[in-house]
Amino acid sequence: MAILINKDTRVMTQGMTGKVGQLHTSYCKSYANGANCFVAGVTPGKSGQSYEGIPIFDSVAEASAQTGATVSVIYVPPQYAAAAIDEAVEAGLELVICITEGIPVHDMLRTRYRMLEKKTLLIGPNCPGLITPDEIKIGIMPGHIHRKGRIGVVSRSGTLTYEAVWQLTELGFGQSSCVGIGGDPINGMKHLQIMQLFNDDPETDAVVMVGEIGGSDEEECARWIKDNMRKPVVGFIAGVTAPPGKRMGHAGAIISGSQGGAEHKLAVMEECGIHITRNPADMGNVMRRVLRK
Amino acid sequence: MGHFALHLTEELGSIERSGLCRLTVEQDVPLNMKIHEYQAKEIMRQYGVPTPRGVVCASVDEAVSATQDLGGLTWVVKAQIHAGGRGQGGGVQKANSVQEVCTHANDILGMRLVTHQTTASGQVVRRVLVEEGVQILREYYVGMTIDRSRQRVVLMVSSEGGVEIEAVAAHSPEKIHKVWINPVSGLTDAEVDIVARQVGIPDAAFTQARACFQGLYRVFVEKDAMLAEINPLALTAEHGLLALDAKLNFDGNALFRHPDIVALRDLDEEDPAEIEASRFNLSYISLEGDIGCLVNGAGLAMATMDTIKLYGGMPANFLDVGGGASKEKVTEAFKLMLKNKNLRAILVNIFGGIMKCDVIAEGVVAAAREVHLTVPLVVRLEGTNVDPGKKILAESGLPIISAENMTDAATKVVASAKRT
Repeated sequence: MAILINKDTRVMTQGMTGKVGQLHTSYCKSYANGANCFVAGVTPGKSGQSYEGIPIFDSVAEASAQTGATVSVIYVPPQYAAAAIDEAVEAGLELVICITEGIPVHDMLRTRYRMLEKKTLLIGPNCPGLITPDEIKIGIMPGHIHRKGRIGVVSRSGTLTYEAVWQLTELGFGQSSCVGIGGDPINGMKHLQIMQLFNDDPETDAVVMVGEIGGSDEEECARWIKDNMRKPVVGFIAGVTAPPGKRMGHAGAIISGSQGGAEHKLAVMEECGIHITRNPADMGNVMRRVLRK
Repeated sequence: MGHFALHLTEELGSIERSGLCRLTVEQDVPLNMKIHEYQAKEIMRQYGVPTPRGVVCASVDEAVSATQDLGGLTWVVKAQIHAGGRGQGGGVQKANSVQEVCTHANDILGMRLVTHQTTASGQVVRRVLVEEGVQILREYYVGMTIDRSRQRVVLMVSSEGGVEIEAVAAHSPEKIHKVWINPVSGLTDAEVDIVARQVGIPDAAFTQARACFQGLYRVFVEKDAMLAEINPLALTAEHGLLALDAKLNFDGNALFRHPDIVALRDLDEEDPAEIEASRFNLSYISLEGDIGCLVNGAGLAMATMDTIKLYGGMPANFLDVGGGASKEKVTEAFKLMLKNKNLRAILVNIFGGIMKCDVIAEGVVAAAREVHLTVPLVVRLEGTNVDPGKKILAESGLPIISAENMTDAATKVVASAKRT
């Protein structure tokens, strides 16, 4: 079933009456089985209304009880987005995907603390979302560049993920699922957890892992791969040219002191058996070479 | 408050134009805001962190009268710039007489202070902090940051104060003691006592250590800080523990709830191009090379820079136009890049997702016309509506060099930059 989501997933949109929430819910609804998947919207005080036939509820709990939705996607503005995640977690949803960019880091620290010992999984924030091609798309990625297949993609960025996906598609490699885990320093699922899911997924044969400067998530994932991964992994890290101390767009993309540099990440990944490339235009080609072997 | 415009991007016009999904709070403040030492000390003082008495001065006369107000026999004159490493650059001087304060203030005010954190030309010093001198018995390092892996605020304390913590981390990491702080219970007395004992703070100073570390934690949380440092925290003969230096960086995404912090911003300390960029909600960072890059998305922007380097060039900037790249935004981005005198070529790399390539192409053509482009322009478009986008570029009559993929784009732009 690929990972995390498939054609049977039922989704609600939090921040449904905002323009961004409407626009992307509409795009997602028209992708593959989206019309059946997107079953509810949540905006406090707007219950009883609907958008493109999707009923709107006051709360996540109510939307979930009424429609059976177990997944939510969040387009709530940054000041309120952490509270929106909290609400979805309290309501016991299985998976929350937070697209919102610009959430204060301390808000996310508190939210992640509240999520300890809860079953809800979080993707993001500040991410494009995730897609299982030809089944369901939850997020803001362009659906048409994807193709159904057996390569998993996990990445911290948005358009660089599209670049990786497009290279695969052009070479004839479809994707099982593509997950954008987001560019913030405090986020939900990391490369490692997504990699574990791909490792266990019978519909995934190999994985493209795209990282960037900042933190040590890629290194932690690489060490796990070395000991556990049964499938080939192709890797790229953005930011070899990034100067230390400068935040490169993403809140999480900053080299602080000796931590987070691209060269170090690439070295660890290579040491752990990941097929790395230093050329982002070559991610697809490296995958082709690896699969031919 | 002129530099604090706050509004959401949830505006129908721009969304229809570009299909953006940037739910970000737009604000013309930096992503990672720094303040001066004297400002950080003022804030910390309000939260009970012990600091030396001091006065910030913009002239030699002010420094002299500050010396008299402070009294005592020794003073320290400290350059106030945002960059670290001020001591090594000659920006921190001890004085044993009013005459020496006068001499040091005269030397430091107006100097271009070069440190490992400034550019090669240095940063002009506009203010000095004159502080009472103290007799230092021991020095400790105190830092607070966000541990991304553990998703906690972490307090770091070391007996090796006054030196770069990176150096300590490299040669004797066992000397850095850490406390991962529970957001509900906060930093407890017991936790402070343990770490104080580990680094050898004397028992008599434990009460002060609690005030210091717990005060720092309250500043960190209440003011949405990303980094706090007291280096050194000194054990002094006169006052027990004192924060001799102080550093605070704040989360730009949280500044909407801290107008008091925003008011501390010092534009003289920031890159003019980056200030200009933040006005248009462009994410821009000046670099040393000669190839300008205009890209949508931070990850792709970094990857584009990397590709340029891989093919023998050097990027002049990082520039993420974001999801909402309207014609106006693209034009402003071009103007920004062209202000760089080193610029020899421009590479536009756009992966159109929800944002359509034809819309971007129109923006690029309009911008190139408006700014009367004098350097070669290489454009790589991919994704949604790529064919109409390429057609617009080809029929524009402008000498735009079209590229098929990132390798092709990097090869062409590096060759162009070498020719000009």
